Parts: sequence; C-alpha cells; structure tokens
Amino acid sequence: MSQFNFGSESVGACRSAAHLSRRSLLQKTAAGVGLAWLSPLAQQLARAEESAPSGKPPKSVIVLWMEGGPSQLETFDPHPGTTIGGKDPLASVKAIDTAAKGIQIADLYPRIAEQMEHISLIRSVVSKEGDHERGSYTMKSGWVPDPTLVHPSLGAILCHETSDKIEIPRHVSIYPNQWSPRGGYLGDQYDAFRVHDPTRPIPDVIATVKQDRFDQRMEDLLKVVEPQFSRRRLKDLDTKRTLHQPSLVAASKMMTSDQLKAFDVTHVPEALREEFGDSNFGRGCLAALQLIEVGVRCVEVNLGTWDSHLNNYETCKARAAALDPAYAALLRNLRERNLLEHTLVVWMGEFGRTPRINGLGGRDHWPHGFTVALSGCGIQGGRVIGATSPEPKLDDKNRLQDVEDPQDVANVHATLYEALGVNYTREHLTPIGRPMQFSKGTPIKRLLG
Amino acid sequence: MGLKDFVFVGLCVLGAGAVGGMLLRQERVERPQEFWPGRFGTTNVATSRDKVFPPAQSPTAGSNDWEPVLAKLNNQFRISWEQNEVEVADKADDLVLARRLSLALAGTIPSLEEIRSFEKISESQRLEWWVSHLLEDRRFCDYFAERLARVYVGTDNGPAFIFRRRRFVAWLSDQLHEKKPYDQIVRELISDKGLWTGEPAVNFITVTINADADDKSPDEIRLAGRVARGFLGVRIDCLQCHDDKLGNITLGDENAEQPGQQTHFHELAAFFGQTENSFAGIRDNQDRKYEYTYLNAEEETVVKPAVPFAEACFTGEGTLRQQLATWVTSPENKAFSRATVNRVWALMFGRPLVDPIDNIPLHGDLPPVLTLLADDFVEHGYDLRRLIRLIAATEAYQRDSEADFEITVKHEHYWAAFPLTRLRPEQVAGSIVQASWLQTIDADSHVIQQLTKFGQTNDFVTRYGDLGQDEFQDRGGTITQRLLLMNGELVKERLDDKIATNAATRLAALCARDDKLVDAVYLSVLTRRPSDEEKSYFLERLQGKQGEFRRQAIADLYWVLLNSTEFSWNH
Repeated sequence: MSQFNFGSESVGACRSAAHLSRRSLLQKTAAGVGLAWLSPLAQQLARAEESAPSGKPPKSVIVLWMEGGPSQLETFDPHPGTTIGGKDPLASVKAIDTAAKGIQIADLYPRIAEQMEHISLIRSVVSKEGDHERGSYTMKSGWVPDPTLVHPSLGAILCHETSDKIEIPRHVSIYPNQWSPRGGYLGDQYDAFRVHDPTRPIPDVIATVKQDRFDQRMEDLLKVVEPQFSRRRLKDLDTKRTLHQPSLVAASKMMTSDQLKAFDVTHVPEALREEFGDSNFGRGCLAALQLIEVGVRCVEVNLGTWDSHLNNYETCKARAAALDPAYAALLRNLRERNLLEHTLVVWMGEFGRTPRINGLGGRDHWPHGFTVALSGCGIQGGRVIGATSPEPKLDDKNRLQDVEDPQDVANVHATLYEALGVNYTREHLTPIGRPMQFSKGTPIKRLLG
Repeated sequence: MGLKDFVFVGLCVLGAGAVGGMLLRQERVERPQEFWPGRFGTTNVATSRDKVFPPAQSPTAGSNDWEPVLAKLNNQFRISWEQNEVEVADKADDLVLARRLSLALAGTIPSLEEIRSFEKISESQRLEWWVSHLLEDRRFCDYFAERLARVYVGTDNGPAFIFRRRRFVAWLSDQLHEKKPYDQIVRELISDKGLWTGEPAVNFITVTINADADDKSPDEIRLAGRVARGFLGVRIDCLQCHDDKLGNITLGDENAEQPGQQTHFHELAAFFGQTENSFAGIRDNQDRKYEYTYLNAEEETVVKPAVPFAEACFTGEGTLRQQLATWVTSPENKAFSRATVNRVWALMFGRPLVDPIDNIPLHGDLPPVLTLLADDFVEHGYDLRRLIRLIAATEAYQRDSEADFEITVKHEHYWAAFPLTRLRPEQVAGSIVQASWLQTIDADSHVIQQLTKFGQTNDFVTRYGDLGQDEFQDRGGTITQRLLLMNGELVKERLDDKIATNAATRLAALCARDDKLVDAVYLSVLTRRPSDEEKSYFLERLQGKQGEFRRQAIADLYWVLLNSTEFSWNH
C-alpha cells in the first residue's frame, strides 16, 4: 500500500505475526518446496526473524471437522465380527493393524493406519447433545448451548490468548457450514474467516478500481470522514466499540498481502496435490498446511456429510475415500516440515453413530461413546483412551455401562488447551460481566507428553 | 457501443433526470392518517416556506392522555440524570433523528426523496409527521415482522416441509398491517391449530419439531424456553436440568417468592404436552401426556401443567395451550408487557432497557420508565404503534450521540447520550441499496426494484454475518464485513458497474453544481450535509472534472461514505 501510513497496530486481536521464523521453513524454502511460493520479501522476513532471539514457537491447531457425525465403528473404533459391527460381509467394516502396536482401525483407512503412531484416540467421548446444531456447538466450544451466552470456539480462544502480526486472518474455516467457529463472548473479531473454495480466489479481496484510486479513497476516508465522526463521540470509539478503522486497515492490508497465496492451492506441485487426494477436503487440508506455515493460528477444514441414517457403510466408505489420503498427507507433511511438534491436529464431529444398525442400513445419532483423534503439539501418539463395549447393553437408563473410562467433552477441551499451552482455568468476564473459564474439564494426562 | 445501447442509455439518463428533477424539487407532501401535530412537543416557529398541516379535526380517543405520560417518562430520565450526575447530550439534529427512526422502523436509511419531504415540513411537526409516515408504510410491517420472527422461531431453516418461515413472517407482517393488538397475536402463536400453510401462526409450534426423531411431535422443552424468554422476559432454561442453586432465578409472586425449581420449567412445558402434529396440522390431543424424569428420580412421571408465577391470572379455560396463552397475555401478568416494552425499546435504540433483553427480574426494582411504558401499553390495548411513538417522543430517544464533553459508556448507560450500536446486516444492505437509489424503495415501487432488493439483500446478509437471535450484543466489525463493503458485489454494482443506472451517473446528471452534488451524496448516504471541512475537501476532488472523470469522482465519494463508521453504525 502506498501514500499513507496504516499504523503499526495489529488489528482486532485476531491477527498476528509468527511462523515465518522457523528454521525448518527456511530449509524447505531453500530446497524449493514449502514456502517457495512466497515472495522474496516474505522469505527475507522469515530470515530476519530467524536471527532474532527465539522463544518457543507459537502453537497452532487444525480441526478436521467431520460434519454430520462420523460413525466411530467405521473409522477409529471398529468392532468387526460383532452384532454392532454389522453382519453383511460385503457391507461391514473390517479392522486392520496400524503402525501403532495393538491399535486397529477400520480397513477403509490404510494410509492413516501408517500414521497411527502419531495419532492418539479417545474412544470414550460422551456428550449430551444428539442434535447437529447443538452437537456442533458443544464439540467446537466444549460447552453445552446456553441461550444466554455464546461460548467461543477452540480457535477463537487460541487467537485470543496469543498475539502476533500477519496480514491475513488468524482463524480460518475452509468449506464451512452455517455453524462455523465463533468468537462468542470474546467478540466477532475472533470469528473464523470463512473460505468456501481454496481453488478459487478469496472473495472481495480485489479492489474494484485501480490501486491509485483505491488508495485515494482510503485516504479520504481515514483522513477526512472518519475523524469527523469520532471527534465528539464515545471515548475510544474505535478500539473499545466499533473496531471499524482497525478492520478497515486490516482488510486493505490483506488485499495486497503476499500471504493471501497461502489460501490458494492451485500453484502447488502436482505430486503434492495428488498426495492429499483429488477431493475438496484434500485441497482444504493442503490449504490448511500452507496457512499454518505462514502463521495462521487455527484452521478448520470441514468434511461433510457423515449423517448416515441410510446406508451407513456406503456413506462411510465414500467419506473415507477423501479422508484417508488427506489426513495422512497432512500429518506426514506437517511432520516433514517440523510443524507437527507445535501444531495440534484434532479430528472430530458433532457426535458418533448408534451401535445398532437401523432398518435402512443406517446408523442414527449417538453421543454416548464416540471417538476423537488427536495428533501433534505434545500429544503422545499411538495411545488409546477408553473403550466402547463390543456388545453393548444399550440400556437408556444407564448409558455409561457400555463405555470404559468415559470422557466428557469438557475433558477433551481441557486436554486440547493443555497441549496448546492455553490457561483455561483463568476467568474472563463476558460482556454482561459473568466470569467464565474457558473450560472446567480435567485434562487427560496420559495423552500429554 | 451499438446504436440500441446508446439510445437505451440516453433514455435512462433522461428518465433519471426527469424523476430526479422532481425529487430535488419535491413539492407534494402527503398527510399521514394518524397525524396529530404537537405530540413531539417541539415549539419552534415555522417559516413561511414550511409546510404546516392544520390540527387534526377531532383528537382521536387516547390523545388526551399522551402528554401526561410523556411528561412522566421525561421526568424519570431527568431525575436519573441528576441523581447519577451525568451530563446530558443536546437534542440530536432532526435529520439524525430521521435516520434513527427510519433504521428502527423501516430497516433502512431515508431516501433522498423522503429527506426532501421531511425538510419541507415545519420543524414543529416534522418528527410527528415522520413517525406517522413510517408507521403507515408497509416497510414497517415487513421489517418489524422479521425482527419479531427471530424471537418466535429463530433464524434457522427449521424442519423442511412442516415449517415455512417466509409464510410465517408474511403472516406476522399482515397482522401488524391490520393493527391487530399485540396480545392477540401472541395468543394465536401459542394456541393456534391447523396446517403451517393455512394457519401460519402454528409455525411457532412446528419449528420445534425434530424431523430426525422417532416421535415427530413438537418439542415441549424448546417451546417452554421460548415462551418464557420471548413473551415473558424470563430465562428459566437452566431449570430444565436442575433446581437453581445459585439464586439466579426467582419465581413466584410478590411477597411469596420462590427459588426456581426444575418442576417450574417442566410444568410450564407441560402446557404443550397435548400438542401433536397430524395430517390436519397442529392440534390438541387430550390423551397425550407430558412425561419427564426429574434429576435423581428413578422413573418418568406425568407432569401436570402449572404456571411458575402470577397464579392469580391463571383462569384454566380452554385447551392447555389456550390456558397458557390467556395467562401469558393477561393484563395483570406484568412480565408480558414488560418483556414487550423491553424488546421494542431495543429495536428502537439498538439495546434494551434491561440487559440482557430476556432476563427481566420478576420482583424488585425495575427502571421506572419500563414500568410506565408497560402500564401504558396495557391501558392502550397492546397498541405497538402507540408504544413506538411514545418511545420516539422521549427526551432519551432524541439525545445526540455526540457532545462537547467526553462521552463515556456511563452516559450511554443512563441514556444521556444515544448509544452507538452496530447496524444489522439487513439494515446495512437495505441502506446501501437505498443510498444509491434516491427514490424510496418500498412496497409501491416497481417490482424489479423489489427483486433487486430482496435477492441481493439475502446474499449480502449471509456474507456479512447474521447475528441470529443474540442480536443486541455489543459486537465490533469484522474483516469480512469490511471487505464486503469495500469490494463486494452489492457496492460495486451500484458505484462502478451498470454505468447507465448507477447512483453516480444519476447524480452527475441531476446536479450540475458541485456543491449541490456533494450535499446530495452526503444526504443520500449519511442523511446529513457535509461539514465545512468535508465540503471544501470533496469540492476540491471534483473541481474541474468533466464527464467520466466527474462520474468517477462521485463514485469515489459514495464509496468513501459507504465505508465509514458513520454508515455502518446507528448513532
């Protein structure tokens, strides 16, 4: 941008500086992979930070969101040969061994099986929410919906608790549905920036007029019209209330930022794209990898639709075709680029599916014992927490008897915050002055290194 | 450009010029039906050029007790300002008030055409004229229906086939248009029977049906929560699972208060226990029961319906839902009128009198203004229009949002300065379209304009970010919103595309003089004239520019104003 000073303040708290400084990235850049698509300027930036006194690298999170509620039985918690595993030999899951000794997963996931020593499973997650909207809310925020308060999601909290300077939003949702992660009581500035298709340009980032005319418009706005409005009005109007000018400046910086390229996967070498698989979800995971590289704090990639009320097996098989290569490639590439040690990868959906197969060959909503998978950021791979019974009694008065070592959603979130180094027990005041902790759960220590 | 295109563009410009010429001169000003000059109490003397309407021939019933109520309301504000030692902002400029009222009642800013009419009216009658004009405009019914529908049925699409949101909103708009008393509307929502298409009120019930569940009956629990929050302004949702142990929920009657218990919630829910969905739509089946397993209980029990407070208002007549509806809207059930006043206040000011909007204490101290307005609302037959007029006429509503002293949140808290609140996405979208159209886009406009407005508005609202039901929370702007206003399709089309009909082209044709032009753009977008500093700055931008260069300079000015804080915030 030219002509006038945008100021050095980072905008909304959800913007930040960061990962450009990593040695690994430089190595990759030098080797012609990784950040090769960044401009020389951005590479210089990375080098400048490389020589600065370095603290611990900031942590990030990728949420692989399985919209609709994936079946635990046809993914990470198979019970082959049992009644609940399905009887039809052609349409039932089988289990395969994985790289992690003693852990078997569904045979639909051979590539993930190879990565299993980097993945840990919580097979005993229990929730109270069996509705898509409420389940999404609960799993993304760690709290049951409360009509009087909107809880922030995981990514919003991580952004709130960190600060750095990048020119693109720090919280991103790729292929979002209507319930993309929200800032909730922390504020809209922490909402995920929604990206509908990483093979197409980000909407509305191209000025509708030539750059000199755009710059002139911005100057007229910031120099003349904005001061006229704020002059006699509410104290700290911009910083405490509207966030208007900060977001204007951030938006215009983003429009010309080199880092926008991190959203785009069309320039990626063919081989790498193939590794992630020819699917939207694969391209979304590839974009997530690039975004984490430039310093984005949280990326959610959505894979729908797991809502297998009909033909459960076929539905799961179709999803697996996209999930298996993408998830495996994401973990492998994060590791190769030395990003996995400070990037948490969470695989989850709003709930699991019923152990019993219904009359239409489907499985219905089931929050009473399902799986969440975790990797990276200090999570010990190749471990399993809890178990679901291969022959559940399914007594609706006593659901928990079918689950060994049940973990409620709050415990899952406390574990995530612990891994990310977020102080989740500190109280924050909501806009109406209600003190709230980010989580009241207990972290599952056996997963943490 | 082909000959045909050339002729078309020529005709468009000529047409726009002709219409615009009328606009800029605007002679005809209609007299609204319910127009009683003097209700807004301004005493300025009219100049000979102003339009002054003669007084109404015979004051309609109810007009006599207008002034005492208004005086009491204003007195309460003055007492509060004095006691809390807050400086009070001056009265806002008439055009600022016109913008505020238009955003609150029609969901959009005033058109240039309306501003011209407004300024024709004598100052002493202006606000009365403007409020009457808006309340008689179909846009008011449509807009208020949409805002109220959020409370009744939320913003989700709901279950397919058995829930028709658009039909529901249209029905609500019709009820407002017919001036149906508000209590009657609410009774129909709670107790109506029939199909969601033929009896649109039942969508209030059908929206809660879980299409995925085996038992496709309405959800008593969601309905109970919604009745409590939406109609009575009490949050008892926590009681769904357990008794209130924290002293947050106090029910019962004055001097016989009770801590909230789990039974309170489910006894309220039990009023919907006989409601079922059938081939004939929603109906009441006396064989049905509401059963629930209370916390720590071994078994499900049949829950008998009972009201959690104001038992004296409960008559027990009719079906269970009719019993509930009559109790909710009973004139003695103060919670109902207070909840309505608090919501209408929030729709006017952008924030409620008691915050959060749906958590008004049943007992103890309340703002006297809330009580006064609630009592007046009941005494005047639950007339929403009177309530709106009263609020608009208060000194609080007419405070400026700027002052010579430093405004803090304390001033806003005591309504000594008008609170700055973010506009809703549909207000922003409607205002962009309106700002670039000059004439008023309303139900009488050409159908193509309507289509333009609705088609594009919906797309914009999704992108801008709908706040859903929690629409009165303080929230700042986002990067996505800024990108949408800087470079988005809605703005681009109106400024830089469709050259023949866009705002810049039209104004370039209408205003030969640059100073008139700058005024017109400011009035169209910000509903005010530029300050001296702004005017001279933008006159310089326009100086010596001709043809396409002039048109571009106008588009630039439009863009700058559309992207300002002032445009996106209510002030």
